[in-house]
Amino acid sequence: MEKNNLLVERPIKCRIRYKYILDKAFKEVTLLASIISVLILAFFLGGIFLKGYRWLDWQFLTGVPSRFPEKAGILPALIGSVWLVILTAAFAIPLGIAAAIYLEEYSKKGVLSDLINLNISNLAGVPSIIYGIIGLAVFVRFLAFDRSILSGALTMSLLILPVIIITSQEAIKAVPRDQWEASLALGATKWQTIRHAVLPSAFPGIITGIILALARAIGETAPLITIGALAFIVNIPRTPMDPFTVLPIQIYNWASRPQKEFSEVAAAAIIVLLLLYLILNATAVIFRKKTEKRIR
Amino acid sequence: MVDDKLKKNIFIVNFSRPAERLIEWLLALSASLSILTTLTIVSILLVESYTFFKEVPVLDFLFGTEWKPLYTPRSFGVLPLVAGTFITSLIACLIAMPFGLLTAIYLSQYASKKIRSIIKPLLEILVGIPTVVYGYFALYFITPILKNFIPQLNVFNALSAGIVMGIMIIPVVSSISEDAMSAVPRVLREGAYALGATKLEATFKVVIPAALSGIIASFILAISRAFGETMIVAMAAGSTPVLTLNPLQSVQTMTGYIVQVSLGDTPFGSIGYKTIFAVALLLFLLTLILNIIGKTLVKWRRTTY
Repeated sequence: MEKNNLLVERPIKCRIRYKYILDKAFKEVTLLASIISVLILAFFLGGIFLKGYRWLDWQFLTGVPSRFPEKAGILPALIGSVWLVILTAAFAIPLGIAAAIYLEEYSKKGVLSDLINLNISNLAGVPSIIYGIIGLAVFVRFLAFDRSILSGALTMSLLILPVIIITSQEAIKAVPRDQWEASLALGATKWQTIRHAVLPSAFPGIITGIILALARAIGETAPLITIGALAFIVNIPRTPMDPFTVLPIQIYNWASRPQKEFSEVAAAAIIVLLLLYLILNATAVIFRKKTEKRIR
Repeated sequence: MVDDKLKKNIFIVNFSRPAERLIEWLLALSASLSILTTLTIVSILLVESYTFFKEVPVLDFLFGTEWKPLYTPRSFGVLPLVAGTFITSLIACLIAMPFGLLTAIYLSQYASKKIRSIIKPLLEILVGIPTVVYGYFALYFITPILKNFIPQLNVFNALSAGIVMGIMIIPVVSSISEDAMSAVPRVLREGAYALGATKLEATFKVVIPAALSGIIASFILAISRAFGETMIVAMAAGSTPVLTLNPLQSVQTMTGYIVQVSLGDTPFGSIGYKTIFAVALLLFLLTLILNIIGKTLVKWRRTTY
C-alpha cells in the first residue's frame, strides 16, 4: 500500500517507464530460472566426465567387478542391463499396446473405462520402490523366480506399463477418424481396420512412448535393489533365471565405497549409462519429429 | 465357379467373427491387467502389514518417535522416517516450486515458439536422467561445495539430497503449471493488456489467479514425487533414523529405509522384513492421496472454462 502511494506522487511517465523496466527485468529473471537447472546439470555432467573419462577403456568395458579399482569392469552389469531391457520390452510392449487399443477402440465409454483410465494414471504415480516390494513378494517369493533377471524384468514391466499405455492411447487418439471410417467403408472388420489403418498411423507416436519408457527402465535402480539384484556379479548372466546386476546398481555400489578411485570408476560407469540414455532419447526425438511431420 | 468363390467368402466372413471376438477378449485381458496390478499392490501391502500390525500396535507405529526395527531392544516408531522424508521433500520443494513456477511463466508468457522448442525438451531430459546419477551429484558435488560454506555439515545430509531432488523435479512443476497457464483464455490476457497492463502485471493479476488450481496441482504432484524418490536420498541423505528437522544432519527417509533393508540380510518372514511392507503401505497411501488431489485439481481447472 505504501509503495503505491509513493508511486502516485511521481509523474505518470516515470511510473510507466518503471513498470516496463520491471517487466523487462522480470522477463530476464524468468529466463534465467528456466535455464539455470539445465546449466547446473551441464556443469555437473562436465564434472562427471572429467572425473571418469580416464577409466574408460576396453578393459573397463569388458572386465568384471573387482576389489581393485584399476581392474574393475562393467561387463556383467552391462549385459544384465541389456537382458533386462529386452525382456521388459518383450513383456510390456505387447501388453501395453493391447491395453491401449482396447481402451481407445473397444471399451464402451462409461464408468468402467473411466475407472480403468483413472487406475492407470494412478499406477503411473506409484513410487517405483513400491513396485520393487511387489516384485519381491510376487515374483521372487510367491512365484519363486528367485532373484533372477526374469523377476527383475517382470517388476520393471509393471512399472513401465502405465507409461506405455498412456502414450499409446494418446497416439491412437491422434489418428484422424476419416482413416478409420474409410477402412470400414471398404468392408474391413474392426480388427482389420485397427491393424491396417489405425496402428500404422499411430506407430511413430507409440514407438516414441515405448523408447522413453525403456529409457526409464534402463535407469531405474530402487525396485531392482528391493527385489535383490546383487552388486557383485562376476559371472555373466546367460539365461533369464540367472542372478544379475545392472549398471545403475553397479554405479550405486561403487559410489558408496569410501575409496576415491571407486568414485571415479562410478563416474566412468555413469558416462556409459548416460550414453545409453541419450541414444534412446535421440531415437525417440527422431520418431517424434516423424509424427509431427505426418500430422502436418 | 462364381458360386464356389462366393461360398468361400461367406465361409471366411463367418469364420472371422469368432476370431474378432477372440482378439477383443485378448485386448480386454491386457487392459484388465492394470486393475489386477492395483489389486495386487493393495492386497500385498495390506496383508503383510496386517501381520506386522498384529505384533506392533498401529498407534505405536504411527506416533512412536524411535525407529530401531533391526536390533534389540526393538522400537517401531515411524516418525523419524517420516521426518526424514518430510525435511528432504521440503527442501526439494523450496527449490522446485519457485524455479518451476518462474520457468512456467517464462515458457507460457514470454518465450518465443523457437525458444520453447529448445527449452522444453531439455527440461524433459532433466526428469528422465537416472536418479542414481542425481544421487552421485548430491554426494560428490553438492555436499563438498556446501561444506565450504557450512563446515559443520555432515557427509550425509538432508540438505544436499533435497537440493538435488529439487533440481530434478523442477520440470514436474513447470510442465503442469505451464499447461495450466497456457490454458487461460487469450481474452482474459488481452483484456489486461488493453487496460495497460504489462506482461508482468497480467501474469500476476490475471493469469496466475486464473490458473491457480493447476499451479497448486503441480506443487502437490511434485511433493508426491519427492516423497517417493529413493536413490538420491539413499545415497546422499544417510541412514540415521533420527527425529529431527535439522537439514545439516544425516537422516533416513521411508524409501531410504526400504533400500537399507533390501541390501542387508534380514531373514524372510521376520519382523524386520515385515517392516518394509508397513513403511511401503504408509508411503503408498501418502503418495496416492497427493496424486488424487493433484489430478482432481488439474481436471477441475479444465472444466471451469
